[in-house]
Amino acid sequence: MGDLTRKTAVELAELMSSGQAGSAEITQAHLDRIAATDEAVHAFLYVDTDGALAQAKAIDERRAAGEQLGPLAGVPLALKDVLTQKDVPTTAGSKILEGWKPPYDATLVARLKAAGIVILGKTNMDEFAMGSSTENSAYGPTRNPWDLTKIPGGSGGGSSASLAAWQAPLAIGTDTGGSIRQPGAVTGTVGVKPTYGGTSRYGLIALASSLDTPGPCARTVLDAALLHEVIAGHDPLDSTSIDQPVPPVVEAARRGSVEGLRIGVVKELGGEGYQSGVEARFREAVELLTKLGAEVTEVSCPHFQYGLPAYYLILPSEASSNLAKFDAMRFGLRVGDDGELSAEEVMAKTREAGFGAEVKRRIMLGTYALSSGYYDAYYGQAQKVRTLIQRDFEKAYEQVDVLVSPSTPTTAFGIGERIDDPLAMYKNDLCTIPSNLAGNAAASFPCGLADEDGLPVGFHVMAPVMKDERLYAVGAALEAALAEQWGGVLMTKAPELEVAGR
Amino acid sequence: MSSITRDEVAHLARLARIELTDAELDHLAPQLDLIIGWVAQVSDVAAADIPPTSHSLPLTNVMRPDENRDCLTPEAALAGAPAAEEQRFRVPRILTEEA
Repeated sequence: MGDLTRKTAVELAELMSSGQAGSAEITQAHLDRIAATDEAVHAFLYVDTDGALAQAKAIDERRAAGEQLGPLAGVPLALKDVLTQKDVPTTAGSKILEGWKPPYDATLVARLKAAGIVILGKTNMDEFAMGSSTENSAYGPTRNPWDLTKIPGGSGGGSSASLAAWQAPLAIGTDTGGSIRQPGAVTGTVGVKPTYGGTSRYGLIALASSLDTPGPCARTVLDAALLHEVIAGHDPLDSTSIDQPVPPVVEAARRGSVEGLRIGVVKELGGEGYQSGVEARFREAVELLTKLGAEVTEVSCPHFQYGLPAYYLILPSEASSNLAKFDAMRFGLRVGDDGELSAEEVMAKTREAGFGAEVKRRIMLGTYALSSGYYDAYYGQAQKVRTLIQRDFEKAYEQVDVLVSPSTPTTAFGIGERIDDPLAMYKNDLCTIPSNLAGNAAASFPCGLADEDGLPVGFHVMAPVMKDERLYAVGAALEAALAEQWGGVLMTKAPELEVAGR
Repeated sequence: MSSITRDEVAHLARLARIELTDAELDHLAPQLDLIIGWVAQVSDVAAADIPPTSHSLPLTNVMRPDENRDCLTPEAALAGAPAAEEQRFRVPRILTEEA
């Protein structure tokens, strides 16, 4: 049977349905792997050993009793710490929520549980999902399993690293400006941002409500599709949830055909500022898709370059408002409540002590952008850019079925390298942000290693709203063709982590 | 040209209810100045006749029937509170004596 942590979710599900392994055994193998590797990687903020094993045993009992279970029942998963899980510590990577145990499950978490998926624990992230490196976590950075001196991406670096360290076959991320796709790209894993509104935000600690989108992360395209199907679909508890059937993502991933698919390479997402190894792997992937029957053309999206500055007005504006709820009154930290200080003073002391540097930067930027006198010049203009980017997409989709680009301009950079240069840090999200502003579906798939540093490169695919299945068609076709070249998926090329005291 | 001064950043911090230290202000003010200068490029691109988009999807108001549903118990709602008293959130005083 081999090492259970090296299996895909599909393989684990087969082992369980054929009676060769139980969920308790599979879950224990992953918990052991976490214990052996997470001191080095730091993917998890909290490992729910007892809860996971109890969930796994319950699944094994239901299966033994002859119950028909879902396709991922009993498979372990790593959950980003920005989603509430009842009675399990949830911090969003912030000291202001240290020790908080939510009194309810996020809709997404309730769906995972209903599908019998075993939640191993909560993964590390940039504080309130603000960042591209996980260095902004109040609990210390996560390290990239491909090279422990490099960042694992962010904000969902804990989720991507847990996949790349073989600690979990499935993970959940949330994508506001690229926080699923960029971590996927730099760790050689699959990360999908569904159409905005395709997955529920209920129980997701909000960063920017008009952009936040939870989605699936995995090591293979089919695993991601199966997870997508579990978590997606209309939720009456989320006022922006789309009331339509889930796109046929699993079918598309199984078929993996790009025959006749019209693919547009975005002219503006490449060239200066893009690492040569990233561009080389990207071009080869495009050629491979052409050989598989796709029709490739170049497409211009002239306003994409303004997506980044527009995003860094819209996001801080929404975040400064969303984070006002951390007021030291109803949950989380309270500092300076000495009977003398006023509520306002306690609030200011608590937010000073509880928020990290990047959160303060963005709250103040948002406060500035929304203040009277500046509103029209900044927030108002950014909203117009959002319209222009949507129009670029609409025009492009008249000619092609999907758009493609590299997922990130560079491979994983060094921990500490960009931490005090916010603008350099923000530029990680150049390719991913337009899809958040327009709300369409997008994903990153592994497409090889850059020659100059041997680190993973991501292939970025963007599809129209509610055409998420096209992402999976491209991803699965690419994955199959590349696996034939490499003799397995990219992750099998990852260096072995040193395993501590087993 | 400087787009934001240290004093303005200190004022923003007060509006945002964050009690920044002097060292933080020294560090943050030039960073915010740089970021604001950079994001200002959005004003070059969009003409007056472009409508703003606040949201990627057309939004409609969502209503539900006005019926009782399960909700949190008072104990569950207060469990994460920094301070509770008499089944309520206890907050510091909200008025000053001078006021």
